[in-house]
Order: sequence, then C-alpha cells, then structure tokens
Amino acid sequence: MAATTQPQTGAKPATSLSNEEILRYSRHLIMPEVGMEGQLKLKNAKVLLIGTGGLGAPLGLYLAAAGVGRLGLVDFDVVDFTNLQRQVTFGSDDVGKPKTEAARARLSNLNPDIQIDTFETKLTSDNALEVFKDFDVIVDGTDNFPTRYLVNDASVLLGKPNVYGSIFRFEGQATVFGMPEGPCYRCLYPEPPPPGLVPSCAEGGVLGVLPGIVGSIQAMETIKLILGAGENLVGRLLLFDALGMKFRELKLRKNPNCPMCGEHRTIHKLIDYYEFCGVRGEEAPGPDVQVPEITPRELKSRLDRGDDLFILDVREPHEFQICNLNGHLIPLGELPRRVHELDSSREIVAHCRSGKRSAEAVDFLRKAGFRKILNLRGGILAWSDDVDPRVPKY
Amino acid sequence: MSVKVMIPTPLRAYAGKRDSAEFSAATVGEALSGLTSQFGELRKHLYTEDGKLRAFVNVYLNDEDIRYLAKENTPTKDGDTISIIPSIAGGSFAR
Repeated sequence: MAATTQPQTGAKPATSLSNEEILRYSRHLIMPEVGMEGQLKLKNAKVLLIGTGGLGAPLGLYLAAAGVGRLGLVDFDVVDFTNLQRQVTFGSDDVGKPKTEAARARLSNLNPDIQIDTFETKLTSDNALEVFKDFDVIVDGTDNFPTRYLVNDASVLLGKPNVYGSIFRFEGQATVFGMPEGPCYRCLYPEPPPPGLVPSCAEGGVLGVLPGIVGSIQAMETIKLILGAGENLVGRLLLFDALGMKFRELKLRKNPNCPMCGEHRTIHKLIDYYEFCGVRGEEAPGPDVQVPEITPRELKSRLDRGDDLFILDVREPHEFQICNLNGHLIPLGELPRRVHELDSSREIVAHCRSGKRSAEAVDFLRKAGFRKILNLRGGILAWSDDVDPRVPKY
Repeated sequence: MSVKVMIPTPLRAYAGKRDSAEFSAATVGEALSGLTSQFGELRKHLYTEDGKLRAFVNVYLNDEDIRYLAKENTPTKDGDTISIIPSIAGGSFAR
C-alpha cells in the first residue's frame, strides 16, 4: 500500500485524560451522557473512514474534534478544483494534493492529540480485510456501488459496525449496518443497479451542503455507538429530503435469507465487486453505443470551410446558459417528440457535454431514419480542450 | 383507496419531474401499475423485462418493506404512502 503510516499495534488503552484534554473536551465532560468515562471511550476508539470526500469531510472534522483517538482515512484520489464546492476539509491550495495528505493536515491542526492513519490506496478485495482489522467502527463515505458492497461484506465478515450514508442531489440516506442483530447493506439491496442507471454527482449534481448534513449524521451515529448513548439507526433507514426539509424513517429488517448476514451465509469471502456491479475495470467507459463521430477539430475545419452543418445540442437549458456552440437546443429527453424540428436532408452534428448523451441521440435518430448525422466526440468539453479554450468547462 | 406514491429524486426525470402522485388502488401492485401507466418510462427502471420489481429498488408501504408484507399484493388503505427507495451511492463514475 502506498504512503501508509504504521498503526500502533499493541498500544494499551488510555485510562486517563491530561489536563489539556480535559480542557479541550470540557463541553463533553460536563454532560453526564459523556463524562470522563465517555471521553475515554472516544479516546480509545479506532474509526476508519472510507472516503475523504463530500461525506468524509464533516466526518473527519467532527470525529477529530470529538477526540476519537485513532482515525483511519482511506482515499486514493487527489483534490480536484470541483471538489471545493462541498469537500470542506480542503482549501484552494490543496488542489492536486492527495486527499489523505490534505485531510491529515487539516485534521491534525484541529486536533493534534489524535492518531491519524492514512491509506492512500484503492480499497479492494485484496486489502480490505487487512485495512479494516485494527479498527472498531467502519464509516462508509464512498461514492460508488462496488465499494459499498465491498465495505459491507468486509465489515460483516469482521463483525464491525458499518455507519452508512449516501446522497444524491437533494436526498440522503443514513443507517447503521453490520451490527449482529441488525441488517447489512445486502439485506436492503441484494443487487446493485446496472451501471449508468443511477447518475453520479458529476452528472446528476449535488447541493454541496447535503453531504455535509448526511456526513454529520454519520459522525453523530459513530459517536453514539462509541459512547453507547441514545438510540442508534440500526434497523432504521433515515431518509432526508433537503428541498422539502423533511426527515422520514423506514424500517430496515434483517433479511433471514441474506447471503451475507442471514442464517445461512453463503458468502464467506470478498468477491470481485466490479464484476458484481457489471463494471469492468477502471477504464473510462466508452460510449455505450457505437455511432459515427466527428472530432472537434474536424468540426471546426468544416465550419470554417463554410460547410452547411446543423448543430444539435441535446443538453439541458441550464447547461446551454453556461456555454454553447450556438446549436439548436433539444434536450435528449424531449428528442422523441421534437424530432420534427430536424431536417433529415441536412447534415447534423449532435453534441452534449462529454459526448455520451449525444451518442444516444445519434443512435436514436439513425434508427428513426436519419442518415446524415454525426456525434461530436468528447462533447463541448473536448471542444474547449482542442478548439476554443475560452469555452468554460463544467 | 387513495394512496400516495412518493417518487425518489433519481426517478423524477421519468415521471414528469413530480415528487409524488396519487392513485386509487387496493394493493401496492395496483398503485405501482397506476404509476407506470401514467409514466411509461418509469416501467423499465422499476421492473425487469419479465415484470418483476428490480432488486435494487425497494418499495415500502408506510414504513414497512413490502418484501416482509405481502409484496405487491399488500392491501392498501386510504391515506397510505408508498415509497420507492432506489439505491444511491453519490459520487463517481462520471459519464
């Protein structure tokens, strides 16, 4: 594993707090629900955060602030400019740095007394059990389905609670999986969705503060588990609707036939989760459909030459406002009923942001009988890269 | 029986951007049929080709998972709420 700090093995549990710690945590200590005993539990707790992104940000900050004695951070990614809209552990000068390194700097500044172990590596079936084994609580702050199943299975196999949170646009979910009497992720979702059916933050968007709220809920649940206080979310799926500002709750039952945590376990080791989720490897997925293409440079030369090309933009109106190629806007979802706006005798070049939606549009139009239609490879992003850098990327 | 079906964010694009819809139905299955009849595009997101509810979509009647009730034959009462809960993961795999 790259850039891993050596965790202290065999360290004896702390039995006291220094005067400085007592002062730092005074607002905890004056509450009977925490007290010295509770703060010592926090000091001796070892929590592993899978992901240091949108959910990982409030998680890291609040668990460090609370005095969790050992925090593990797992993330192989580097800080990207677009992360700053929501990943509040990072600052502008962290862009380009490994996330674990930037998070460690921020969290140790917040609380220099805690131990922070970083795992700048991809969590896989080969390393998960090893990474997890020294921690008491696993907190799932990841952003993809294969890792969610991996984290679940590894937690159940090792008998560790898995504090789960997930988000999409304006909605969030939170619960605690992996307790012996409670359900696991597979009880709720025995099968993952096919890839491409559930959009990611990059294509669906997300209100930056949403993972802040859900991650804070996960931090709260983690602290409650450590303290043994209050009622936790085991067996309860908390649903948060940010736009309506409503919290709802659904019952999560342990599935007696669950292959992972049910009465007759059939999964005894970690599997290939990418295969399970129908995603092959990490290569950038190519277009789902094979259609005739034109590159941005080719398009530019043809336009400069005076060729009569009809530019069809299949993005959404709010994207058109960010930047556009002066195309005729028909959002992809409206294409079937607005196809009469297109003249099949003209040569049409369809584009979107990155080339995927427009590939679907070209495929649809070819099936509808259009013969002179091309997809702009790489979309308006590639146009910005290769032809006109003044066009903003988003 | 008038029941309300809550439509989760990832599926609202296929339901005319609505967050809920009301139907007259005696069972959960009837309410879902009402939903997919009104919003045809939803069908393939909720059901497989052989008409089974997809395994990554959970349906709740009020706060109970219908898998632990009578599945789509679960009877509904006036004022019940049916929630569709798809799995979400946030984050990556940008297209």
